[in-house]
Amino acid sequence: MKIGILALQGAVREHRNLLRRLRVETVDVLNPDDLTGIDGLILPGGESTTVGKLLVRYNLLEPIAESGRRGLPIFGVCTGLILLSKHINNSEQHRLGLMDTWVVRNAFGRQPASFEADMVIPAIDSKPFHAVFIRAPYIEKVGDSVKILLTYQEKILFAEQGNILAAAFHPELTDDTRIHEYFLRKIRNSLS
Amino acid sequence: MSEINKRTGTFAVKAGLAEMLKGGVIMDVVDPAQAKIAEEAGAVAVMALERVPSDIRAQGGVARMSDPEMIIGIQQAVTIPVMAKARIGHIVEARVLEALEIDFIDESEVLTPADEAYHILKSDFAVPFVCGARNLGEALRRIGEGAAMIRTKGEAGTGDIVEAVRHIRRVNEDIQRVVSASPMELMTIAKELGAPYELILQVKELGRLPVVNFAAGGIATPADAALMMELGCDGVFVGSGIFKSDNPAKRAKAIVEAVAHYKDAKLIAEVSKGLGEAMRGQSVARMEEKDKIADRGW
Repeated sequence: MKIGILALQGAVREHRNLLRRLRVETVDVLNPDDLTGIDGLILPGGESTTVGKLLVRYNLLEPIAESGRRGLPIFGVCTGLILLSKHINNSEQHRLGLMDTWVVRNAFGRQPASFEADMVIPAIDSKPFHAVFIRAPYIEKVGDSVKILLTYQEKILFAEQGNILAAAFHPELTDDTRIHEYFLRKIRNSLS
Repeated sequence: MSEINKRTGTFAVKAGLAEMLKGGVIMDVVDPAQAKIAEEAGAVAVMALERVPSDIRAQGGVARMSDPEMIIGIQQAVTIPVMAKARIGHIVEARVLEALEIDFIDESEVLTPADEAYHILKSDFAVPFVCGARNLGEALRRIGEGAAMIRTKGEAGTGDIVEAVRHIRRVNEDIQRVVSASPMELMTIAKELGAPYELILQVKELGRLPVVNFAAGGIATPADAALMMELGCDGVFVGSGIFKSDNPAKRAKAIVEAVAHYKDAKLIAEVSKGLGEAMRGQSVARMEEKDKIADRGW
């Protein structure tokens, strides 16, 4: 199994290290050719306006969107969650639009509102997950085909729709591999 | 659902924002219009300040924290993180910036130092700090005080990359020395570098600084920015280099692309075409010692 990590900007190294610990091969995605032969793709956290612009400039936006529509498993974190969403509150920024979600950017506030907390995610297991939120977005509402995996104070923080998975928090900033393992299970299911 | 133990302002959250800025360009801006140009070019953050370093150099006088009204104007103009500078040791300027909900504070040698002995105890703040460093000892002292991000000092406002290169090379050499040392040598190295022992142990384990390390001070071209990435920096601050050049919007965009694709020389050649004149700058080798600002801070 080989997983691509969009490497235009942001927390790329952390995902790479975490997947290596899970003994999964990774490849940095910088150009459309890098998408060839991957079984899944991670869109890491970063600055969503920057990453959106670079996706367009390097002709990656449409190829990634097309791969997603054809069933490539994609996991978006924070910025990735924003890019995956069809609807972004008060923004015309570039997006992949693969999830029927309505997203609010910087939704908790500026950096002083960034936080960490332990949250139970039943889809993973019953042991709390230490979730780190950095100037995080959240999903305020979803279409019928989106499955909600975590809600906190009526804010949707983790969700999936078919082959697409999105988190508002940063599992790559912890040592906990359970969210990535969940994504790997999605990939294995799609391959079998 | 059950949620427990919610905490804000922790080191993980502060260092986490720095992680998200990696591979990006942070641009000095002096008004909302420049901030919008920076955001449009793909900057990951802007540094709000009243005068860019080259003007501080030219005009002299005491350089202080910016007017809060100007900072708020920039915060309202863009959605990317907004940083601002406080003078070295000026606790109250930092508290004011924290009250403005700034995303990151640069305790910066570019401003006139307020304290000649002590840096701010940055672990006391909920807002993350970035600080300049010329070598590993200085970087680890700042991290020991709570900095969540480090940058090279370079020589700000000159457009001359040589000092930033010197600083990142020195940090890299110091790190190599720690990594290749035996455990019994580490306390002596900590003493020699003037660095906290526990942080030396972390460097030994990680093989790099424990926080994100950006380049700053003298970056004027896309190739300069890519050079700093090649030397191992996680991203780049550009101060006077953009808005003191002929075509700021085009140059800003070119620097963003050069950082994202720093190993792709063809692409750097392409984006470097027709940018107009870079900032004129001044050679650090011909400067008098008293005019250098990298020596501020300790």
